[in-house]
Amino acid sequence: MTILIKNGRVIDPANHLDAPKDILIARGSIKAIEPPGKISITEAEKASIIDAKGCVVCPGFIDMHVHFREPGFEYKETIESGCQSAAAGGFTSVAVMPNTNPVNDTRSVTELMLSQAKAKGIVNVYAIAAITQGLAGERLSEMGDLKDAGAIAFSDDGRPVMNNELMRRAFEYSKMFKLPLIQHSEMLDLTEGGCMNEGAVSTELGLRGMPVEAEDIMVYRDIALLEKTGGRLHVAHISSGNSVELVRQAKAQGLPVTCEVAPHHFILTDEAVRGYDTNTKMSPPLRSASDVDRIKKGLKDGTIDIIATDHAPHDLTDKQTEYQNACFGIVGLETALPLTLKLVEENILSLSDAIKKLTSAPAEIFKLDSGNFSTGKQADIVIFDPECEYEIDVAKFHSKSKNSPFNGWRVKGKVLHTLVAGKVVYSVI
Amino acid sequence: MFKLKSILGTNDLTKENILTILDTADTFKEISTRSIKKVPTLRGKTIINLFFEPSTRTRTSFEIAGKRLSADVINISGSTSSTVKGENLIDMAQNLEAMNPDILVIRHSHSGTAEMISRSIECPVINAGDGFHEHPSQALLDLQTIREAKGSLEGLKVAIVGDIAHSRVVRSNIYAMKTMGMEVRLVGPATMIPVDIQSFGVSVDYFLEEAIKDVDVIMMLRIQTERQNRYLLPSLREYSNLFCLTSKILEKAKDDVIIIHPGPVNRGVEIALDVMESEHSLILNQVTNGVAVRMALMYLLLGGSDDNIN
Repeated sequence: MTILIKNGRVIDPANHLDAPKDILIARGSIKAIEPPGKISITEAEKASIIDAKGCVVCPGFIDMHVHFREPGFEYKETIESGCQSAAAGGFTSVAVMPNTNPVNDTRSVTELMLSQAKAKGIVNVYAIAAITQGLAGERLSEMGDLKDAGAIAFSDDGRPVMNNELMRRAFEYSKMFKLPLIQHSEMLDLTEGGCMNEGAVSTELGLRGMPVEAEDIMVYRDIALLEKTGGRLHVAHISSGNSVELVRQAKAQGLPVTCEVAPHHFILTDEAVRGYDTNTKMSPPLRSASDVDRIKKGLKDGTIDIIATDHAPHDLTDKQTEYQNACFGIVGLETALPLTLKLVEENILSLSDAIKKLTSAPAEIFKLDSGNFSTGKQADIVIFDPECEYEIDVAKFHSKSKNSPFNGWRVKGKVLHTLVAGKVVYSVI
Repeated sequence: MFKLKSILGTNDLTKENILTILDTADTFKEISTRSIKKVPTLRGKTIINLFFEPSTRTRTSFEIAGKRLSADVINISGSTSSTVKGENLIDMAQNLEAMNPDILVIRHSHSGTAEMISRSIECPVINAGDGFHEHPSQALLDLQTIREAKGSLEGLKVAIVGDIAHSRVVRSNIYAMKTMGMEVRLVGPATMIPVDIQSFGVSVDYFLEEAIKDVDVIMMLRIQTERQNRYLLPSLREYSNLFCLTSKILEKAKDDVIIIHPGPVNRGVEIALDVMESEHSLILNQVTNGVAVRMALMYLLLGGSDDNIN
């Protein structure tokens, strides 16, 4: 199967490319990238042609933080429905978190996830395995065996590693396998019972607050431990301005620290919680306007390396309840592009830099062989119309779950085609 | 004309709304003094009291208010409600609505529940207390009690003393009092003062004796004994030493100061027995006014206007 993508604006941040180009794909790989009209195909090749006029053609997005709920919570999402949601959002690779049931803390669960993903053949799926057995924060998982089974990083996401000694040993142990630890940074004793950011809004709404310091203290602790032990730290879904500053300082010292931000943490503030819409409840919670400002500065100066959605599907029954009792998290794969493009509109990031944080930057941090267009690479491509305006409608989501605070928002930027290994896995046409 | 669909909190009420409610309550108060304490105003109307949290006085007060207006009042309490069977809250509200009640009165231990339910049904809702958020009928009966004693509300100084952080009564009172032009001072241990409360336009003080010197009203709050478990207090003894309103402390206050308390009172913990029984205390007047205020809310929500009362 040969595909020719014509007339698009090709953006490939890793190769500093932003120009009108045609792309030829054959046998799943990128064969040629040439100025428009320069690629000639013979009749025998029977290329199908995608006209990308007015569209951006770039490496498929990579989301290093999703929850696909399989095994254990298939009523919220399955690997198949999650992959379809990813494809619809322009993502060609995702990394699934281990807080399933059973937890991904053993080879068999990692293998199950990867084989399920392979059988469905929609997008590339990577597995992040648990730091501790059962996410219980008591004993290290068998990181050697998990890496051998295919794990690309370790995280107890959803639960932080509270025990300092255990975290120190986790850095030391994971260092042997050269894989990063991803921390959900939250001092649980400061956030017990909390369900939103602590501040004037939580005081007004009478909801228990989760102070921003709960994040800062753990980010600082992890950086301090990392400095002692070596290893690698990736801070998940950073939401605090002070935490961004801690990462900035650590990077300036040359420490191997990276971090990600979820779109809702640079788009919304805790003001969105007014009205008690449980789709505004996530962990870390939506923060203050000043935190959002400092997140944006962190994105601009490169302190924040990547954008990851923390796609956290929940069934209606887990959300349609008292705010205090509702599950934490929102779906993110199908809204990530238009929300990220808002950063371009606000001149926080260039379009190329925004794409970089969704493609080559995560690929580099997690050593994935994707995220750029070097010829000969597997053809993972997204084609999107950056100007197309539409209303977000959760009913049209491919995810099984519809828990998004962005329902009804008018946004710009629509994914038209997603290709994985040269195969169209999503197309609006 | 009273245009509100529901009473979810005093934060939504204008000065005119509050005056209409208080004036209506003043008129209704007389009904409870008659030998036959009933008027036909809400005959044929159905009011459901849906209480997910234990309550004696508030529930009884709403029930009596409805019955004095001749409405049919149904009480559903947490232990008998189907939430224990896992029925979704919104399903439950919609099922109740399908039986065509005219008002749903809701009490729930989690903030925002009344608002969430009111969004999913058409029936008017009165929030009878949600978590640490609001308890509007309590604030309104407090204002009515203060107005009766002082004649008007504008310019009065109030000290609210106790566990500010975990009180819905405080939040509703702050909004209502600020709207009516009163000055509010919050007094309590620093662990029980919620973050950024000053942004509500109130002042904060930690020392009772100083804080009450120039106020017209002292509102004492119930201290919940289990608070010690969340590192908020070393002991009830220390709390009482610092924040109990005793007659010795009361000597520092103005002669005509009034004392109110949303109840139930921990006698001897937040307020001394003799102070509670002194002429300054209007705690029982509050309970009496509670019935009148709730009658007014029901009447106004169901289309009555303050110049059309029998």
